Amino acid sequence: MKPPPFDYHAPRSLGEALDVLAEAGEEGKVLAGGQSLIPLLNMRLAAPAHLVDINRLPGLAAVEAAPDGVRIGALARHAQVERSEPAAVAQPLLRQALRLVAHPVIRNRGTVVGSLVHADPAAELPAVLALLGGSVRLARRGGTRDVPAGEFFTGPLESAAAPGELAVSALFPALPPRSGTAFREVARRHGDYALAGVAALVGLDEDLRVTTARVACVSAGPVPAVADVAGACGHRPPASADWAGAAEAVRARAEPEDDIHATAAYRRHLIGVLAERALRDAAREALNA
Amino acid sequence: MTTRLFGEPVQRREDPRLLTGRGRYLDDLGPDALAAAFVRSPHAHALIRDIDVSAALDVDGLVAIYTWEDLPDRLAEPLPLLIPHPALTHGRTAHPLARERVRHVGEPVVMVVARDRYLAEDACALIRVDYELLKPVVGVEEAAQSAQPVHDDVPGNVGAHLVQEVPSADGRGAREVIEGAPHTLAFRLDVERSASMPLEGRGVYARWDADDASLRVYSSTQTSTSVRMAVAAKLGLPLPKVEVIAPDVGGGFGVKIVHPWPEEVLVPWAAMLLGREVKWAEDRREHFVSSAHERAQVQFVRVGFDDEGRVLGLEVNILHDHGAYTPYGIIVPIITSTQLPGPYRLGSYRVEFSSIYTNTVQVTPYRGAGRPQAVFCMERTMDRIAAHLGLDRTAVRAANFIQPGEFPYDQGLIFQDGRPLIYDSGDYPESLRMLKELIGWDSFPGLKAEAAREGRRLGIGIGCYVEGTGVGPYEGGHVQVTSDGRVHVSTGLTSQGQGHETAFAQIAATELGVPLDRVSVVTGDTRRFGYAVGTFASRAAVMSGNAIALACRKVREKALRIAADALEADPRDLEITDGVVHVTGTPAAAVPLATVAVLANPLRYAFDAEAARATQFAGASSFDRPPVQEGQEPGLEGRDYYSPIRSTFASGMHAAIVETDPLTAEIRILRYAVVHDCGNLINPMIVEGQIHGGVAQGVGGALYERMVYDGHGQLLNASFMDFLMPYATEVPHVETAHLQTPSPLNPLGIKGAGEAGVIPVSAVIAAAVEDAEGIPIDRMPISPSDLFGLRGAS
Amino acid sequence: MPEQAHEITLVVNGTVRRAEVPGRRLLSDCLRHDLGLTGTHVGCEHGVCGCCTVLLDGEPVRSCLTFAVTVDGREITTVEGLADGDRMSPVQRAFAECHGLQCGFCTPGFLCTVTALLRENPAPTEEEVLEGVSGNLCRCTGYQNILKAVHRAAEIMAEES
Repeated sequence: MKPPPFDYHAPRSLGEALDVLAEAGEEGKVLAGGQSLIPLLNMRLAAPAHLVDINRLPGLAAVEAAPDGVRIGALARHAQVERSEPAAVAQPLLRQALRLVAHPVIRNRGTVVGSLVHADPAAELPAVLALLGGSVRLARRGGTRDVPAGEFFTGPLESAAAPGELAVSALFPALPPRSGTAFREVARRHGDYALAGVAALVGLDEDLRVTTARVACVSAGPVPAVADVAGACGHRPPASADWAGAAEAVRARAEPEDDIHATAAYRRHLIGVLAERALRDAAREALNA
Repeated sequence: MTTRLFGEPVQRREDPRLLTGRGRYLDDLGPDALAAAFVRSPHAHALIRDIDVSAALDVDGLVAIYTWEDLPDRLAEPLPLLIPHPALTHGRTAHPLARERVRHVGEPVVMVVARDRYLAEDACALIRVDYELLKPVVGVEEAAQSAQPVHDDVPGNVGAHLVQEVPSADGRGAREVIEGAPHTLAFRLDVERSASMPLEGRGVYARWDADDASLRVYSSTQTSTSVRMAVAAKLGLPLPKVEVIAPDVGGGFGVKIVHPWPEEVLVPWAAMLLGREVKWAEDRREHFVSSAHERAQVQFVRVGFDDEGRVLGLEVNILHDHGAYTPYGIIVPIITSTQLPGPYRLGSYRVEFSSIYTNTVQVTPYRGAGRPQAVFCMERTMDRIAAHLGLDRTAVRAANFIQPGEFPYDQGLIFQDGRPLIYDSGDYPESLRMLKELIGWDSFPGLKAEAAREGRRLGIGIGCYVEGTGVGPYEGGHVQVTSDGRVHVSTGLTSQGQGHETAFAQIAATELGVPLDRVSVVTGDTRRFGYAVGTFASRAAVMSGNAIALACRKVREKALRIAADALEADPRDLEITDGVVHVTGTPAAAVPLATVAVLANPLRYAFDAEAARATQFAGASSFDRPPVQEGQEPGLEGRDYYSPIRSTFASGMHAAIVETDPLTAEIRILRYAVVHDCGNLINPMIVEGQIHGGVAQGVGGALYERMVYDGHGQLLNASFMDFLMPYATEVPHVETAHLQTPSPLNPLGIKGAGEAGVIPVSAVIAAAVEDAEGIPIDRMPISPSDLFGLRGAS
Repeated sequence: MPEQAHEITLVVNGTVRRAEVPGRRLLSDCLRHDLGLTGTHVGCEHGVCGCCTVLLDGEPVRSCLTFAVTVDGREITTVEGLADGDRMSPVQRAFAECHGLQCGFCTPGFLCTVTALLRENPAPTEEEVLEGVSGNLCRCTGYQNILKAVHRAAEIMAEES
C-alpha cells in the first residue's frame, strides 16, 4: 500500500499554485490535509500525474467570523475550526458537526474545505454547507467564482471544482437570530461515516413560532439534499409543532441505498428518527438563543 | 522460599523496550534488505492463461520477478497439509505461487523483488496476467450444492466429513433419544466470518550467508521451530544450516500459527538465489485477502429434553466453510464439535460436520478456534430450552452441569489432539453462583422493569464454556545458571504479547529462589531452543511454563548437590534464597548460586578470578572420582520437557446487560461480567489483560466484525474502514472474578487463559439482545440494521 | 527513470535530520526507513488504526497519511523522543504500571496521542479520555487498561509537577 509516483509541486504563492494546476489540468490533484486523498493514493485507487501541495501557500489557514458568516480558508484544519470560539458563536452547527467528523487525530490534519471538495455524501460538512446555503470560492488562473452549495455538490465524490481550479475558502452563513441548529447521526462505530445523519436548522419569529425548519441528510442520496419542512411543522411554537410530521416528510424524500453496513430501509427509518430528534434539538437551541 | 513470585501481578519486563520504541518487530529489521511484493489474483476463480511481465522490466530498482514456473523442485509442489486426519479425505493446499489456477481473490501469482516496496509495487502494477474466468463458488450452502468444483478432483466440494456419537447410558443414539424425549426443539444457527486481524501483518526477512552456506530467517510467526523445518525441507537445506527467529510479534491470535505461508518459503528462496537480504512485510490489504479467516459456520440443532430442562439428546449438524484450501486440516470444526457440550452432562450427543471448499480465503484457527461457534450453539440451545419451559435460564444450565465430584469427567469424544476429551477439574455450580452475584442476575428483573417504565429496553444474557487448553504434544525448557549468577531461560514456543518473558521468569525465579531481575527469558529463537510446537490453543503457559519449572527443578537439584559438597552438608538440608544456597536455619553456611555455577563446570583455563576456583589446581575436587561424574554434565543447566497425557480444561461464564434503542436499534453493552477459572494464576495482571482483550474481540465478533463476500467472491470490506474492529468507544468495561481449581494434570496446577475471553461473547450478547427485544436471535454478528430488520419481521 | 528526490529537513525528537526522498514517501516510511526510527509502526496505511501516530509540532497526526515532503522544516516527535533520557515519561510509566500494552504494536501511537491529550488537558474526564483515544485501534488489551493508564499518567504528572 504505497502511493504511485507523481510529480510533486509545492507552490509558494497562490498564483504559482494556480499556474501549476492550470498546466496539470485533469492530471493534477490538490493536496491539503490529505486525510481522504492519501488513503486513495496508498491503495492506488487514484494516480494523479501531478500532486499540488498547497500546504505552503500563505493566507489560506484563516477562520474568519463576520456578520454574514464564517469564512474558512483551504488550510484551516477541522480541529482549528472546532476550537474557534468566534466560529462557534457565529454558526454553532460547525462545531456540532465537526465533533462527529472521524477522530480527533484525523481532525488535526484534515481540512474543512478539503472535506467539501471531496464531496462524500456520507460526510458531515457537505450537509452542513448545503443546509446553511453556503458557498465555496474557487480560484483559477485569471479569476475566482463563488459556487453556492446547491450547485457545488454534483454527485457522489463529485464537485463543481473543475480541473485547474483550487477551492480557496468556503463561507458558512451565520446563524440568524432566534435560530438553532443540531446534528444527529448514527454510525456503526464512534467516528465512522454515518449510516445516516441529519443536520437541522430551526428559526422562530418574534412570537417564537417556527418560521424556518430545514434539514440536510447524510448518507441519504448522491448529494446532500436539503428539505424545507417549515410547512410540515406548522407555524406554531416548538412545543406544539408537528415534528413527527416534518420528520416523516424528510423520511419520505430520502433516497438511501443498501450497503454492507445497513439496508436502505433501515437508513430511511433512521433518517426519520434522527430528523425528528435533530429538529427538536434545534428548536430547543432556538428558544435558548 | 522467600522469593515467591509465582502468582504476583509483577510488571512486565517486555514493557520498557516496547514503550520506548526499542521493540524489534519484523519490519524493523534488515533496513538494507530488498523488498518483496506480490501480484495477487483479483478473481476468485480463474485459470491463468498468460503472465506478461515485459512492461515491468523497466521499473527502476527492479531486481527479480518470479512465477510458479521459476520454482525449483519441492518449492513447486503444494504447501504441506499440516494436520492430516482420516476424515479429511480431500485435503488440498495451495502452491507458493499459483499454478495454472487461482482459487481466491488474493492468491499470490507473481513475486517481485525490488530495491524498496514502493518500486516493487510499481512493478506489480505493470505485470499483466491474462485470466480465463471460472464460476466462483461462494457461500457454504451454495458450495455444498454447487456443480462447480473448487478443486476438480473434490466432488461436491466436500473436503472432510466426520461424525462423533456419544450414546445415552442405556446405549441409545441421540437421534432415538430425541425422538422419545418429552420436549424437542429444532433450529438453525449461523455465525459469520471474521479474522484474527493482528495490527502487525505477517512478515518474513531472510539472510543467506554464502560463506557459511547458512540461512537465517526472521518471521512474524507463532511457531519458529516448525517454520524452520518447513524451510529446510522446501529449500533442501540441512536443518542445522537454517535458523528461524520470531522477533517481537505484533499480535497473532491464530493466523500466524499457519506455516509455512507462501512468503515464508519464497522470501528465503529469493534471498539465497539473489545472494541479497530480502524482506516482505505484509500490508493491510494483503492481510485481508491472503491471510486466513475463521468463524463462518452454519449449525443445525435438534435437542430433546425433560421438564426440568435436562438435555436428554442433542444432535448438531455443522456446515463448515474452510475456504479454498485446508493447510491446517479440520481443527476448527473438530474443536466446535467436541467443545460444544461445554460444562454440561448431555444425555446423548451426535455431532456431524462437513467441511466445504469455497473460493474464499482459507480458514484456520482464530483465537477461540471453533469454540465461539460451539458455545453459541450450546448456549442458544440452553436459552431456547428455558424459554420453551418458562424456566430461569440459569436454572436450566444448573440442571445440566457436571458436578464438582464428577471429575475426571469423560465426554466420550476425541479432542483436537487425537486424545480422549476428559475434563480434569472445575467447579461449574460455584462459577455460576459467583457470576450471578457479580452481574446481579436475581435483581435484574426489577432493573429491567424500571427501565421499561422510562421507555428503555434492557436485556441480560449469560454464556458458559469449557475450553481444552494446553494441548500437546510437548514443549521444552532450558535453564542455565552462568557464573555471574544470571539465569538464562529459553523455550521454543513464541510470544505475541502474552508477557511470556515475565511469566516464565516468575516461574523460574520462584523455582530457583533467585531474584526476578537475575532471570532472562528467550522465546521463539531456534538458535536457543530447537524443539517446540508453537503458541496457540491457550497452551504456552501450561506447556512451556511447566517445562521450565521442570527444567528449573533439575537445575535446583544439581545446584543443591554441588553446594552440599562445597558446604559439606546434606542436600536435603539446603534451600536457595535470593540466589544463595544455604543450610536451612543457618544463613552463614552459604554459597552463592554464581559460585555453584562455577563449581559445576570443572575448568582447565581460568578466564577470570571466579573461574579460577574451578580450575584443576584449585583443589576443589576429590581425586577419587572424575571431575565430571558419571551421568552428569558440566555446567549448571538443565533441560526438560512437559508432555501431558491430555489437555487440561479451563472454564468460565460471562454475563452482559445490554440496552437496545427502541427507535434506532442501536445496541449498547451496559455491563459485562466474567468469572474465569484457569487454575493457579502465574500473574493475575496478565491473565486479566488476556480476558479483557478476548472479550473485546468477542464484542467485535458479536456486534461489528464480518467478512463480506459478494457472489463473485470479492471481499467487499477489505479495509479497517469497513471491517469494523471495535475502538475503545465500542468495548465495555469488563468486571472479572477468578475461581481457581488447580489442574491435577501438571506440576504448576495451571490451565490456559489466552482464548477464554473471546469464547462465549457472541452467545452472551445474543442472549441479552433476545432478552431485551423478545425476538429470537440466531445469527451473529448482529448490527442495528439487522435488529431493525428482525423487528420488522416479527 | 529514477524518481526525482527532494531534500528535506525535519527536526525529529529535537535533532535536525536530513533526508532525500521522493514526493510520494510517506512520513511513516521516512521515519522508519530513511531515518531508522522504527518505533513508529505501520498498521493499515489508510489512517484508521492509529499505530503510526506521531506528533507534528506537538499535535498528533497520522504519519501514514502525511507525505514527508509536506512537513519539510517541521518538528516531529516519535515514541523514541517521549522519554527524558533514560527515564520514561509519565505516560510510558503509567502504561507499564497499568498493563496498558500487550504485543506493543499499537502502543507508540497511543503514547503519542495520549501525551498530546494530557498536555492539552492535564485532568481529563472519563469521557474526554475515551474520546481522546477513540481513534486508535488495539487488538490485544480491550482498552480497559489503556484507559486506566491515561488516568494514571495524569495522576503521575500532577504528582510530579
